Amino acid sequence: MTTEKEREIIQKQFQERMDEDELMNCMRCGFCLPTCPTYIESGFQESHSPRGRIALMKAVVDRLIEPDEDVERSLNMCLGCRACEPVCPSGVRYGHLLEEARDIIQQHKKHSFLVRVVRKLVFHELFPYPERMRMAMGLIGFYQRSGLQSFARKTGLLNILPSSLRQMEKVLPNVPPLKEMKERPHHLAPEGPVKRRVAFFTGCLMDTMFMATNDATMRLLQLAGCEVIIPPAQTCCGALHGHGGEKQKAKELAKRNIEAFERLEVDDIVTNAGGCGAFLMEYDHLLKDEAEWSERAKAFVAKIKDISEVLVELDFQQKRLKAPPQIVTYQDSCHLRNVMKTSAAPRKLLRAIEGVEFREMKDADRCCGSAGIYNIVEPEMSMQILDYKMEMAKQTKAATIVTANPGCLLQVKLGIERAGLADRVRAVHLVDFLLEAAKGIQASEQEEHIRKTS
Amino acid sequence: MRNLISNEVKQQLIRIVGEENYDDSKAGRLVYSYDATPQFQSLPDAVIAPRNTLEVSRVVKICNEHRIPIVPRGSGTNLCAGTCPVEGGIVLVFKHMNKILEIDEENLTVTVQPGVITLDLMNAVEAKGLFYPPDPSSMKISTIGGNINENSGGLRGLKYGVTRDYVMGLEVVLANGEIIRTGGKLAKDVAGYDLTRLFVGSEGTLGVITEATLKLIPMPETKKTMLALYEDLEAAARSVSKIIANKIIPATLEFLDQPTLEVVEAYAQIGLPTDVQAVLLIEQDGPKEVVERDMKKMAEICKKEQAVSVQLARSEEEAEALRTARRTALSALARLKPTTILEDATVPRSEIAKMVKAINEIAEKYNVKICTFGHAGDGNLHPTCPTDARDRDEMERVEKAFEEIFAKAIELGGTITGEHGVGAMKAPYLEWKLGEAGIAAMKAIKQALDPNNIMNPGKVFAKSTRKRVVVTR
Ligand SMILES: Cc1cc2nc3c(=O)[nH]c(=O)nc-3n(C[C@H](O)[C@H](O)[C@H](O)COP(=O)(O)OP(=O)(O)OC[C@H]3O[C@@H](n4cnc5c(N)ncnc54)[C@H](O)[C@@H]3O)c2cc1C
Ligand code: SF4
Ligand code: SF4
Repeated sequence: MTTEKEREIIQKQFQERMDEDELMNCMRCGFCLPTCPTYIESGFQESHSPRGRIALMKAVVDRLIEPDEDVERSLNMCLGCRACEPVCPSGVRYGHLLEEARDIIQQHKKHSFLVRVVRKLVFHELFPYPERMRMAMGLIGFYQRSGLQSFARKTGLLNILPSSLRQMEKVLPNVPPLKEMKERPHHLAPEGPVKRRVAFFTGCLMDTMFMATNDATMRLLQLAGCEVIIPPAQTCCGALHGHGGEKQKAKELAKRNIEAFERLEVDDIVTNAGGCGAFLMEYDHLLKDEAEWSERAKAFVAKIKDISEVLVELDFQQKRLKAPPQIVTYQDSCHLRNVMKTSAAPRKLLRAIEGVEFREMKDADRCCGSAGIYNIVEPEMSMQILDYKMEMAKQTKAATIVTANPGCLLQVKLGIERAGLADRVRAVHLVDFLLEAAKGIQASEQEEHIRKTS
Repeated sequence: MRNLISNEVKQQLIRIVGEENYDDSKAGRLVYSYDATPQFQSLPDAVIAPRNTLEVSRVVKICNEHRIPIVPRGSGTNLCAGTCPVEGGIVLVFKHMNKILEIDEENLTVTVQPGVITLDLMNAVEAKGLFYPPDPSSMKISTIGGNINENSGGLRGLKYGVTRDYVMGLEVVLANGEIIRTGGKLAKDVAGYDLTRLFVGSEGTLGVITEATLKLIPMPETKKTMLALYEDLEAAARSVSKIIANKIIPATLEFLDQPTLEVVEAYAQIGLPTDVQAVLLIEQDGPKEVVERDMKKMAEICKKEQAVSVQLARSEEEAEALRTARRTALSALARLKPTTILEDATVPRSEIAKMVKAINEIAEKYNVKICTFGHAGDGNLHPTCPTDARDRDEMERVEKAFEEIFAKAIELGGTITGEHGVGAMKAPYLEWKLGEAGIAAMKAIKQALDPNNIMNPGKVFAKSTRKRVVVTR
């Protein structure tokens, strides 16, 4: 709930801060409507479409309406998946408009005490500090290993959580022990001659909960001939803050990251999470109003690349890769596809694996409903979107669903649970699958060697 | 604004369609206050989503009784302010009435509800080897209800005609709430007036279309696509007239000038030439021999008319990319400036070169930028002006320029709108084209079918005839 006074301030802020040219750039052709998941799943409601949302933002600026609950509802319901951008011939940067609008509302809205405390903890006290992140994850690891988890599950203690969170608890990966999370490499030499010098952006969740995936990423880079630098001064990308209406904090994190990477003399800065990569890639926009940062941000942005692109550039797909015979499908990470414009490289790599029959699923480019913390704050819509996704995945008969972002990975795992497919289908990050395939070939070559020599 | 819907009427309406299908929230109304036409916005009093014909009929009856305006709306992509609720009232949306009811493979017809998306319909019939030709550029989001009411054309209009040529029968809810059926699956039918044709292109001003039976034809066997490049605008336009004068009717004959090519390429990135003054996108379909013969002949004509090069698409993917790119032209032009004003002038095909020349001279005279693309084969051009509504001075010049373009089109035997309709935007100009007696005849029809003027009021007929193209004050 917002009070009248809050609404007045929000409206003024809209008039001051929203990019009017960008709002006017939307000519209301509706070309974006058929790609918007919330428009489709809401039963074709214009208020849940990109065109409708832009019109609402503009109407607030024009003082045609107040930023009331319904306006907020419409903006909250947006996944921020940005599928509406690549299809917009007019080139409206919807994501930027949404981010600004959400930031204004968040900043000027009085949250309940509980929400304020949680937001402060998460956005300001936890994610910006790798050390604390490790501790928090360590607690989850303790929960999982100590027997508490099975206790909680058995006793029904988890029933106090809403059902979507309860299911989420089930699919969380096993967090590595604290000690391992602390001992991270800073520099890795390539396998064979140096083809390229790259820096690796580890991310905060990726370097804790998904540490194994980060290890696989670095290993693949080494195999592809990269010297890998992992600067310890890097921090959280700030995506969660940027999308959650904490733009100021996001800017701070952006500056710390730029400083951590700018003197490394590397060809690329490699990411393995579409969500982080896309946010890093827009640091130039984030810092556009800060004169001394905008050039540095541009230089930083120019180097951001998803691991799949780097691997394809280094002809990793020419290597022999082998997996047990299976049908594989790929779920695009929205931000990887719509912002980083990477969609062909992951598919190319998957198709290159012996044993893999790659089958495209219908609407693979449509959001899975994970969308940052969307699945927690908008569980109903999120699950509706997810169930559609699983229906499409099922039609491919795939045994493996590959994704390229941790949020999507968890969401798809959740989808597999919900669809009752856990015994037949697994979800895996692209790099983990690729490393398996690279090892697969080693294993089978060894086997062959043994057979020949014995 | 006065409240058109009393609480009692609101309750009656809710009883018909259900709470969830009646929305009078501020945000809910705002998102139905506009369409794709720049400079028009007006809030409705409520938005109603009926679930079937009977509900439509009951809603219309109540509105008729209480003189509440009704604006039927498909996807709101029209370019004439046809769905802008200029007099308030209710907006009727067809999100529930979006089913394909039947594909009749024996009679080659398809029967649909009005909310079906054009492209979904095409895909469904093509899966059965059948073909529904009218393909407005907005087809991936436009609805059949909208297509019928605007009598929309498309890239294939030259050879296959427009929506009108495919509408065989309709179910219509009249302004008094009565439900009638016109036409049907019959190939021949002269029982009474041809009301089907009357409702096609009526822009929601005569009744609500709740079902349509459309004609299908067999899928052409083959198709070929090419681009002809020109250093000279008029040479390109001349080629169009020459092709037709040579008794060839290609499936598609589209024109794009240099500034349009540039923005389309910026979006689509498929390697369109941006260093020539104009291109023609030419397609032919049909039996293989005919297609090959026609393509060869057309290539020769283009070269004779000084095309600098003629390039055949190497694959269907490449051809599809070209068509898709062409369809984005209007929206892509919108990236140039905050406001995009487009026109729909249409002239006889033989006059196309003269029209192109006139447009450029007029643009120069008033010092405004005008980019032109369009269905050249139909004589239908879309001169488009990227501008900024906040710049009063420029808007006045744009206004004058378009007025002169209109005058020129009519002078050449053309019309003020080829396919985008009259709506609220062109209403003041209708008399220019029809004359007083013509308007009177049309008004008589309107009066007979909708005596209380509740069906999409403020459209087609202007309260007064004024010369206002783009500036509304
Ligand atoms: C980028 C772009 C490209 C376009 N290209 C073309 C093109 O190539 N050719 C072309 O002809 N047009 C084109 N248009 C215009 C527009 O898309 C067409 O007029 C289309 O048919 C409108 O469909 P819609 O569903 O959006 O209808 P709407 O815009 O919602 O409605 C159009 C009219 O139909 C009426 N209406 C809708 N449904 C009903 C119903 N069930 N009963 C009674 N009345 C109804 C409305 O009241 C309104 O008067 C283009 C528009 C855009 C934005
Ligand atoms: S496609 Fe772009 S211009 Fe068209 S309605 Fe959507 S955002 Fe607006
Ligand atoms: S970001 Fe995604 S959910 Fe939001 S409007 Fe765009 S397409 Fe729809």
